[in-house]
Amino acid sequence: MKYLDEYRDPEAARQYAASIRRIVTRPWTIMEICGGQTHSIVKYGIDELLPREITLVHGPGCPVCVTPVELIDKSLQIAARPDVIFCSFGDMLRVPGSNSGVASDLFSVKAAGGDVRIVYSPMDAVQIARQNPDKQVVFFAVGFETTAPANAMSVYAAKQSGVTNYSVLVSHVLVPPAMEAILSSPANCVQGFLAAGHVCTVMGYTEYAPIAVRYRVPIVVTGFEPLDLLQGVYMCVLQLEQGRSEVENQYARSVRREGNRHAQDLIARVFRVVDRKWRGIGGIPQSGLGLADEYAEFDAQNRFGLGDYSAQEDSECISGLIMQGARKPHECSAYGKRCTPDHPLGAPMVSSEGACAAYYRYRRLRTADLPQAGGGSE
Amino acid sequence: MSEVKEFRLQCPAPVNDSERVQLAHGGGGRRMHELLESLLLPSFGNEALLERHDGATLKIAGAKLAFTTDSYVVRPLFFPGGDIGTLAINGTVNDLAMCGARPLYLSSALILEEGLPMEILRRVVESMRVSAIAAGVQLVTGDTKVVDKGKGDGIFINTAGIGVIEHDILISPKNVRPGDTIILSGDIGRHGIAIMATREGLSFESAIESDCAPLWEPVQALLDAGVEIHCLRDLTRGGISSGLIEIAEASGVRCAITQADVPVLEEVAGACEILGLDPLYLANEGRFAAFVPNDEADRTVQILRQFAVSGDAVRIGNVVDGPAGLVTLRTELGTERVVDMLSGEQLPRIC
Repeated sequence: MKYLDEYRDPEAARQYAASIRRIVTRPWTIMEICGGQTHSIVKYGIDELLPREITLVHGPGCPVCVTPVELIDKSLQIAARPDVIFCSFGDMLRVPGSNSGVASDLFSVKAAGGDVRIVYSPMDAVQIARQNPDKQVVFFAVGFETTAPANAMSVYAAKQSGVTNYSVLVSHVLVPPAMEAILSSPANCVQGFLAAGHVCTVMGYTEYAPIAVRYRVPIVVTGFEPLDLLQGVYMCVLQLEQGRSEVENQYARSVRREGNRHAQDLIARVFRVVDRKWRGIGGIPQSGLGLADEYAEFDAQNRFGLGDYSAQEDSECISGLIMQGARKPHECSAYGKRCTPDHPLGAPMVSSEGACAAYYRYRRLRTADLPQAGGGSE
Repeated sequence: MSEVKEFRLQCPAPVNDSERVQLAHGGGGRRMHELLESLLLPSFGNEALLERHDGATLKIAGAKLAFTTDSYVVRPLFFPGGDIGTLAINGTVNDLAMCGARPLYLSSALILEEGLPMEILRRVVESMRVSAIAAGVQLVTGDTKVVDKGKGDGIFINTAGIGVIEHDILISPKNVRPGDTIILSGDIGRHGIAIMATREGLSFESAIESDCAPLWEPVQALLDAGVEIHCLRDLTRGGISSGLIEIAEASGVRCAITQADVPVLEEVAGACEILGLDPLYLANEGRFAAFVPNDEADRTVQILRQFAVSGDAVRIGNVVDGPAGLVTLRTELGTERVVDMLSGEQLPRIC
C-alpha cells in the first residue's frame, strides 16, 4: 500500500534497530504516550528488535482506558433510557463500568433493549438527532486532543443549526498534564517520551518545550508506523546518550510546530480546560476538557441530571500502575487468568489500544519461548 | 433466585458474564465458542458433533454422507458481489465441500417480515436459483414463515444441505499434524469490507466486492487428483484467524503463518487502515484453508490455481509442534506474535 508500505519495510527496520544498538551505551526507559503506538509496537514486535538496554513502557494514552468508571456508569444509565439514542465510537461499548447499576457495559444495555449505536464521526450523531427529533441523542465524547476538534464541531454545528435534542457526555483528556503527573511521581522511571503524533497534528508541540526543560526529558513527536516508532526511539536514545532534553519532531510529514490553528480555535471556543479524573490514575488538575459555559446546554450530565457520584474499581486491577509505566501487564496477578479481553477487570484489557489487551492479543508468550517454526514460503 | 445466590461461591472479581444473549455470541469469536462449549455441545454431544467440523459426517446404510445447516441474517440484504440468496446457497454448499462431500441437496426455510416488498423476495429467490444451478445442487424441500412487521429484518434464510463422500480420505480438524503445509485459496477480507462499507454507507474509490462463491469444484479437483487432504476449513465469520485457531485447538498443534504470504487486496488493506480493522478477522465467503502434507503442497497449489475461485492459492505457513492451540504470525518485520481469537466482532477504533 502506497505511503504505508514504505514505513513497514523490514530492511529499513533492521537498519534502524542496528543504528539504535550502535549508539546505546546504557539502559534507558522510554514511554510511548499513545495507545495507538503501543498497539503498533506489540503488533509488529518492535520491542523485540530493540537492544536489551531499551525498555519501552506504555503510557496512559488510550482514551478508552482512562475514561473514569463513574462516567462509564453514567453512560450506561443514559443509554438505558427509552427516550435516548446513545452514540459512541466502537471500542467504548465493551468497557466495563463498576457493575453497580443496570448493566455491565454498553453492549449489555443494547442487549437489554437500549438504542446504542456505533458511529464513525460525531457528526453522524448530529445527523441522527436531526432524523429523530422525538429522541434525545447523546454522543460519548471521549479522547485526547485528537478527537476533540471533531467532537467540538458536532456541538458547534448542533448549536448553529438549532438541533436541541443533541448532547455530549464529555470525558476529554489532555496529554501534557498527564506527562507532568507521571514525571513528578516519586515512582517515575520514565527518562524519555515518544509524544503522540496525531495529538501534535492538532496541537503542535510548543506546549511540550517547558516540560522537556523542567524535567530534563527528551520528547520526540512520533508517528505510528514501525519505522516512525524506530526512528522516534533512535532520536530519543540519541538525545539521552548526548545528555540533551529537547522537543524534536519525527512525524514531520504530519505535524507542524504550531499544529492546526483552525482545530485549536474550535476546541477553545466549545471547550474549556477542567480538572479531570483519569481511570486507574486519579485526579489530575487542569487535565481535561469540559464544555464552555456558552455550550453548557449540550452537556448530557446536566440534561439528564447526573450529578456527583463516585464508584469503586476492582481492587485486583492495577491499571493505574500499568498506565504510569510502573508495571507491565503480565506482572498483574489477574492478567490472562481472571482478566482477559472477554472478561476484562479493567479498561486496559478492553480496547485494542489498551496495553493489557495488546499484550494479551499479541504476546501471550514470548517469541523466544517458541520452538523454531518453519515459517511460510520464504 | 436470591436463595441460590447465597450459596454461590463468591468471586471477588466482577464477572462480566451477561445474562442476556449479546451480538458477540454469534460473532464467530471466543464468546460464540463459550456458548458452544458451555451449552450446546454438552446438551447434544455425540461423536459426529464433537468432531467440530463444518458439517457432520455420517455413515448411513453403507453410504458416507455429510450434513450441515446454516442461517443467514445478513444486513444489508444486497451488497456488492452478492446478496442473502447467494450466501444462503454458497455458505451451505461450502460447508459440505469442506467435509470433502459432493453437495447434492439443500433445504431452505424462509422467515419473511410482514411488509417486505415482493420484488425483493423475487430477487433473492432468483439469486438462490442461479446460485444453486452454478453449484450443482437441487433445492428439494423448504418452508416459509412470515413474522409481524418489526420482528424480523426483511428476510432470514436457513438452509441445510446433504452431500455424499465418495472417497476414503479422512478430512477432519483432528487429522491435522505437524509437518502439514497450510494453503490459502486466495486473498482475504473482501466479504467483510463489502458488507461493512454498504452497511455504514462508506464509499471507496472502487467498490470492494464480496468473494461469495461455491468451493466444491477446486475441492473435487484435489480429491480427483488423489491429494491426501488432512483438513479443509472455509474462513467465514471470524476470518482466517478464527478458522486456524479452531483447527489448532481441535488438533493440539500450532499453526505458524507468515503475514507477508497472506494475500490482501490493496483496496481491502486500505479500508482496514482507515477503519482500524485487521483483515485476519474479516469474514470471507469464498475462501478456504487446506492442510496437506508438505510433499503434496506444490501439487495442491498448482491444482487450486486452475480455478478462478482459487486462482491465487498460496502457501501461508506450516503446522508445527505446540504450544497447542496457538496460531502464530511472523510479522512483516520478521518478529513473531500470537494471533488471538476475538471476543466477538471487531470494533472500529476511536483513533
